[in-house]
Amino acid sequence: MNWIELILSFFVLLGGLFMLIGSIGLARLPDFYMRLHAPTKATTLGVGSLLIASMLFFSIKNSMFSIHEILITIFLFITAPVSAHMMAKAALHVDTDTLERTQGVEAHKAATAGGNPPAKADLVNKQKGSEN
Amino acid sequence: MDAKPRFRLVPMPVQSALLFVVWLLMNNTLAVGHIFLAATLAFTIPLLVNGLQNPQPTVRKPLLALRYFLLVLMDIVIANMQVAVLILGPLKKMQPGFVAVPLDINQNLPITLLASTVSLTPGTVSCDVSEDKRWLYIHALNLVDEQALIHSIKTRYEAPLKEIFGC
Repeated sequence: MNWIELILSFFVLLGGLFMLIGSIGLARLPDFYMRLHAPTKATTLGVGSLLIASMLFFSIKNSMFSIHEILITIFLFITAPVSAHMMAKAALHVDTDTLERTQGVEAHKAATAGGNPPAKADLVNKQKGSEN
Repeated sequence: MDAKPRFRLVPMPVQSALLFVVWLLMNNTLAVGHIFLAATLAFTIPLLVNGLQNPQPTVRKPLLALRYFLLVLMDIVIANMQVAVLILGPLKKMQPGFVAVPLDINQNLPITLLASTVSLTPGTVSCDVSEDKRWLYIHALNLVDEQALIHSIKTRYEAPLKEIFGC
């Protein structure tokens, strides 16, 4: 039982660590769009590790496969990017302040405008220019 | 959907199978009663909701789709590490930025998958899709080389998706 406990504690700690990093990111990063990265990424792996641990623990404790945690993982992987996308879209809509050194101003303007990028010609030219 | 919808006993076989499996997973059991209930649900719900479907492109290459899934799974793990390092590292050095990625795929489902993949993988979050579905706007946490980022998204994620859905 000892080595299983080791593996379990490893996954639980790893999960906790990534959740902590995600929360630190949420508090520490300077602007809205950057803050968006922390919960979509660090948290998925954090919850993933915790669920692996849970799967192992209950499979061994009840000596029967417990795999319904997979569902949580799948739901999380579906909802995390969608909610992040919706928040980013809303932020673009209300034109949330970005960090001053944010690059890609023309892309940001185009995205804020919503429809066709007004600076599309610039973007296309830029891409053509880089390909040549 | 056809102009004249004809009645089919199992209109959505994939969704039926999915519903069956998910029901059993949710209950975490293989008891006969639950198998029966799952079969009933998997049979009746598609009959009821079949008319509400939007036509979606179908998966043409399931093996490639599986490979894509594993690739994304691996990239998620790598992405987590990278973002963790970025978050804990010096913030002054970070160069966030917006990028417009030109899209070659134009159907809703592949674009949704691409946008979700972009959100889950290294340092990028998808923000918006232009109304004509030709541009995907993404925000990168640390934008070093815009063209390299666009190139990697297009070759690593978009090209396989394009092949999987054959569009």
